[in-house]
Amino acid sequence: MRLVQRMALSILVVVYLAALLADFIAPAHYSRQFRDTPEASPSVQFLLGTDDLGRDRFSRLLYGSRVSLVLAPAAALLSTLIAGLVGGVAGFVGRWPERLAMRGSDLFLSLPWLFLLLTVRALLPLNTEPEVSVAITFALLGLLGWVTSARVVIAGAGALRASDLVLQARATGCYGLRLITRHVLPNLKPVLLAQFWIAIPVFILSEANLGVLGLGVAEPLPSWGGLLRELEHLTGVFAQPWRLAPVGLLVLVVSCFHIVFSQDEVAA
Amino acid sequence: MNRRVALTLFTLLALLLPVRATAQAQNELRFCLRSDPKTFQPHLVDDDASETIRYLTGGVLIRVNRQTQAFEPELAVSWKVLEGGRKISFRLRPNLVFSDGTPFSSEDVAHTMRVLMDPAAHSPTGDSFRSGEGEVRTQVSGKHALTISFPAPIAGLERLFDQVAIVSARSTQKEMAVLGPFQVAEHKPGVSVLLRRNPQYWKRDSAGWRLPYLDSIRLDIQQNREIEMLRFRRGEIHLVNNLDPELFDRLAAEAPGMARDAGPSMESEQMWFNQAAAAPLPAHKLAWFRSRNFRRAVSEAINRQDLVRVAFRSRAAPATGPVSAANQFWFNRALKPHPYDPQAALRRLATEGFRLDSGVLRDAQGNAVEFSLVTNAGNKVRERMGAMIQQDLAQIGIKLNVVTLDFGSLIERMTRTFDYEACLLGLVNVDLDPNGQMNVWLSSSSNHQWNPNQKTPATPWEAEIDRLMQAQASALDARKRKTHFDRVQQIVWEEAPFIYLVTKHSLSAVSDRVANAAPVVLRPQTYWNAERLQLTALPSGSR
Repeated sequence: MRLVQRMALSILVVVYLAALLADFIAPAHYSRQFRDTPEASPSVQFLLGTDDLGRDRFSRLLYGSRVSLVLAPAAALLSTLIAGLVGGVAGFVGRWPERLAMRGSDLFLSLPWLFLLLTVRALLPLNTEPEVSVAITFALLGLLGWVTSARVVIAGAGALRASDLVLQARATGCYGLRLITRHVLPNLKPVLLAQFWIAIPVFILSEANLGVLGLGVAEPLPSWGGLLRELEHLTGVFAQPWRLAPVGLLVLVVSCFHIVFSQDEVAA
Repeated sequence: MNRRVALTLFTLLALLLPVRATAQAQNELRFCLRSDPKTFQPHLVDDDASETIRYLTGGVLIRVNRQTQAFEPELAVSWKVLEGGRKISFRLRPNLVFSDGTPFSSEDVAHTMRVLMDPAAHSPTGDSFRSGEGEVRTQVSGKHALTISFPAPIAGLERLFDQVAIVSARSTQKEMAVLGPFQVAEHKPGVSVLLRRNPQYWKRDSAGWRLPYLDSIRLDIQQNREIEMLRFRRGEIHLVNNLDPELFDRLAAEAPGMARDAGPSMESEQMWFNQAAAAPLPAHKLAWFRSRNFRRAVSEAINRQDLVRVAFRSRAAPATGPVSAANQFWFNRALKPHPYDPQAALRRLATEGFRLDSGVLRDAQGNAVEFSLVTNAGNKVRERMGAMIQQDLAQIGIKLNVVTLDFGSLIERMTRTFDYEACLLGLVNVDLDPNGQMNVWLSSSSNHQWNPNQKTPATPWEAEIDRLMQAQASALDARKRKTHFDRVQQIVWEEAPFIYLVTKHSLSAVSDRVANAAPVVLRPQTYWNAERLQLTALPSGSR
């Protein structure tokens, strides 16, 4: 493990520990409103200032990280697994399964999913706990967000199918599951990993956008998506640059993940 | 040679055209409409954009002065309400002409009333004159005198004529021939509406100058508030109505003189509990929501001052009831907002069998008190209010779940399925007269939100409100009407079917180039006196 990799891993450990131990580290509960000091600047009491309701931004960032660092990668993993399964099989087998998967993905992409999400929100009981609501949101994102990745995987698997590597493997009598697990999947891993890393920030931002429609993390529970919604007004951001902390953390975490795992992949 | 002459002419023309355009724009007021006007026919107006055009172009018999809230003679020099509100007679201003030069007479008023009351026209303005079965008749008694008769008495009859723009009976230009200060000159759908000064407008200022002072008004169609404010800052538009507190504060920090706060408006934010018999709610929750003490306790546990200070950045006032102090005549000044007192709220709840058990409020059967509050998604101020109410109610052991829904789902739940527990929304009151609120207060109405479409009033106090609203609508003595409506406000204050939270301030932006602007709380806030607005010259070197 190289130095950069170790540093990235350390940062991830620190961020995850801070998020998981938010109950002990956070100076205040995420929902507590210090109404006498709304939109306060950073200080000893409020390390990242307060939001428009006087809630401590640092505490909300810690608690929000807990939600997003667990659920966004989980949703990304779900979508990448589906994409790997559908795209890998269709791309590697080729012929009609490939054509079926491509036409199916075209159809899937053309469907108005926004209305499905609105319907889901409308069907949920109103007294649904914020934690359940956010879990449903990310599960939906994972179940609906695999199509674009699947098309990339189909292309990758298609190229492998015609490669010398697979031809050679077949010539040595390697077929079926053994061929897939030993030769195809390891060679698709970079594609799948790339799709996984792309999906994490996309899902975090999708969750923020869904909040505008009433689906997503309900108040007062914070999430990175919800915290990023505060950046809507650019002029406010110039006046209070510390509002950019969630963006910084998002970039840092995704970069660290990338460094740690891409190094593994190179080693493999 | 010819080519050189043509090139020189073209260059000269190119140089002169912008100068001419700039010269025209020097005295052109600009502001934005949120959408395209749906119609230019004044009797069909039912949207804000069309109302703006009607206000700026239409001549009316009587105008409600937006500043004093008093009636003022316009095309009518005098009027008299007769037979207890069944008739109104007008004496018209002589020697007036429409923008196309057609003379104005009582025939035009009669024609306007015919158009307005034509059942085939489905005129929203005409509907307000339909007091009962029978025809509305106009009797012309001279070139400048007429009487209009209604089948049944109408309370506050004069104010209805503020919405009636007189159209010409003889002009070939039909509704484009106007008696107001401006006339429609150009409409580019989705882009802009250009109004030019009406050269025939009858009003003059004290120095004898013919009004309006402006040459034209350009109304750009712009839905996005952020872009609208950006254009205001750049000096491309001169007025912005109904700013939200955040945009207002940003402007006040940059240009304090241009941010105008006219004080409490007629717009309020309120919450209510679902008491509908058809609501698919557990019986114990319906029982809470139907309890006056429960509703009052919730109201007393909400810190309105904090809502004003934090959610509205002090650009609002604690609300008392359905009418705000902005409505000078109809507001019941004896009432004050429910006080913030969580201990009193707990005492009130105790009288109904509720008790605080380890920080959780429970009813007499032991059910933990928890309910959801729905509001429309995407409204930041309401989301803030919801979060604050959540924390306030937690102090008395109530767990509140704030749920934001898209507007379609929200309306579906409010009006069709009744599948909600409590709702937080705003009310825009555009009418000073309580008759404009009949559809909210009558228990049989579909807009009686907490329990709509009742066959008979569900409670004695709703029956009393029904009786009082009908009594005020049929009384003609303004003081008697006020007494009835004061009592309605008192009942609403006592029973709290709506928990009124805040009254928003009327916030607007007025460019420092606009002279004579005096923003008010009534619509249209900034350009109610458009005929007297003036634009000062641009400083040399600027656009």
